[in-house]
Amino acid sequence: MERPGRAALGAQPRANGCGAAHGALRNGFVRGLPGTQINHVVHNGGLYKRPFNEAFEETPMLVAVLTYVGYGVLTLFGYLRDFMRQWKIEKCQNAIEREEQKDFVPLYQDFENFYTRNLYMRIRDSWNRPICSVPGAKVDMMERVSHDYNWTFTYTGKVIKGIINMGSYNYLGFAQNNGTCQQAAAKVLSQYGAGVCSSRQEMGNLDKHEELEKLVARFLGVESAMAYGMGFATNSMNIPALVGKGCLILSDELNHASLVLGARLSGATIRIFKHNNMQSLEKLLKDAIVHGQPRTRRPWKKILILVEGIYSMEGSIVRLPEVIALKKKYKSYLYLDEAHSIGALGPNGRGVVDYFGLNPEDVDVMMGTFTKSFGAAGGYIGGKKELIDYLRTYSHSAVYATSLSPPVVEQIITSMKCIMGEDGTTFGKECVQQLAENTRYFRRRLKEMGFIIYGNEDSPVVPLMLYMPAKIGAFGREMLKRNIGVVVVGFPATPIIESRARFCLSAAHTKEMLDTALKEINEVGDLLQLKYSRHRLVPLLDRPFDETTYEETED
Amino acid sequence: MDIKHVKDYIYWLYYQYLLITCSYVLEPWEQSMFHTITVTVFAMVVYTAYVFVPIHVRLAFEFFSQIFGGQPDSTVSIVN
Ligand SMILES: Cc1ncc(COP(=O)(O)O)c(C=O)c1O
Repeated sequence: MERPGRAALGAQPRANGCGAAHGALRNGFVRGLPGTQINHVVHNGGLYKRPFNEAFEETPMLVAVLTYVGYGVLTLFGYLRDFMRQWKIEKCQNAIEREEQKDFVPLYQDFENFYTRNLYMRIRDSWNRPICSVPGAKVDMMERVSHDYNWTFTYTGKVIKGIINMGSYNYLGFAQNNGTCQQAAAKVLSQYGAGVCSSRQEMGNLDKHEELEKLVARFLGVESAMAYGMGFATNSMNIPALVGKGCLILSDELNHASLVLGARLSGATIRIFKHNNMQSLEKLLKDAIVHGQPRTRRPWKKILILVEGIYSMEGSIVRLPEVIALKKKYKSYLYLDEAHSIGALGPNGRGVVDYFGLNPEDVDVMMGTFTKSFGAAGGYIGGKKELIDYLRTYSHSAVYATSLSPPVVEQIITSMKCIMGEDGTTFGKECVQQLAENTRYFRRRLKEMGFIIYGNEDSPVVPLMLYMPAKIGAFGREMLKRNIGVVVVGFPATPIIESRARFCLSAAHTKEMLDTALKEINEVGDLLQLKYSRHRLVPLLDRPFDETTYEETED
Repeated sequence: MDIKHVKDYIYWLYYQYLLITCSYVLEPWEQSMFHTITVTVFAMVVYTAYVFVPIHVRLAFEFFSQIFGGQPDSTVSIVN
């Protein structure tokens, strides 16, 4: 059904939002189209300086049906158990209302609570595992057991050593407990101590903070920057400082909780556009300009577009060239959250702007965190000097929050200088390249094995689709048995049938580690029947692909 | 050797059944309850099929042969 429509759309160039571009396949966003190869490059005129391969394979029908069957079974048993708990046939371990609250609005009856109690609880052992070493390429985990089906856990006291860590956002491998960053941080720790005990506006403004902000501004290529102690609060406290009543926020549907919270706190009107869908964004922009505010029809004071660099659940990269073109056309503002992309994308590790070869000045608010690629903590905002000066005085997290701890600042400074090559070595550059290589390699191999992989081929976040609820638990357990730590994700972080495992690649992963991980993933994939993809990517190998040819290349 | 293969295969099938129906994550008593229900339902379906399908097939066959076999009586005689 979709195919003719798209073809027709491609055949006659339509005015698209970006002015210059009349593409064949607009945006190349392919969800589905079973039976065809996914090899679409974006053809949006000259906006893209590099190929943009992003694909989302459709959920196979049978898999979707079976997933719903699974949820059906679990729901039925959930009702049975709830019934038994209600009638005291079994011991009730979950939170319930107290006796004196009985006649008030029920607290634990909505779907989310039902889900937590009866579905999540059964596979809870795959989450929140305590680790007890630095989360580098390998990590140690504390062994734990549950004797009451995951309601409580006890630690056996043993440590599972040397687990290959495929779950940390340690993109450039700076999460280390030795090396130059650690030494520098230790030195600063002995000089300044760990705590600051005051906010930036009072006695908490250290020379280190000033140094960090200058460095961040230089790194991003913006006039000025400001650093905060927490990435989440950077978003949720600064958006309310930037927009308010009478302003419009256009937010991607898959934006991170911090952006959502910030947008809600601001009191501005929020409208959601489809994930990375430029037609949807343009329609909203057009409507906003044409109709203005509801009822009064006054023009919006400001229109702010909220997007992320890499979406951490989908592994997709924002279509920044198009967003910027739209933003310029409709004279709105752009807020870009580079939490996952800073350091991890682009030839110089400077995020999506660098990746697409764009001008940082075109993004009004560049936000990012130090939590991921830099192996530290905190967030920043970069932009025009006026913007940063304004935020310094009006942002809650600047006025009320205690400033960054000095050793953390030093970790950021050292790692950032390393990426920029200012430490006199090429180590940072090599890390960026290593990550890009690891990403391509890992994604290519997983695709060849026949898994359904979401996202952009350059994104170091690799979601592997699991779909069925039992497979979430089974995948986590089987991988841990094979000494590989993975993150599995289910509802509510994803749509209910699109449960997935999410691998985060790191420059610290060696080829051997990746090969080991891939071998085990392949094995588990066969055991759990996860190879759903019906798009065997023939062009890559140029021959029909099956397990045996694959195993030959294994070692 | 072959027996082992067959056993492995059956175990694998059972594992897939566990995963797809989500009985993999159920507690043992729930699992046995679930298996009992599925086995009962399945057995009943098979038994019903065994009892009723032949009858219905025969009836259907008679019905259609009446339509296609009974009507052309006259034409057949003309052709003949
Ligand atoms: C897009 C995005 N923004 C903000 C944050 C919050 O950053 P932090 O963990 O540094 O508080 C995250 C963290 O996961 C994120 O993914």
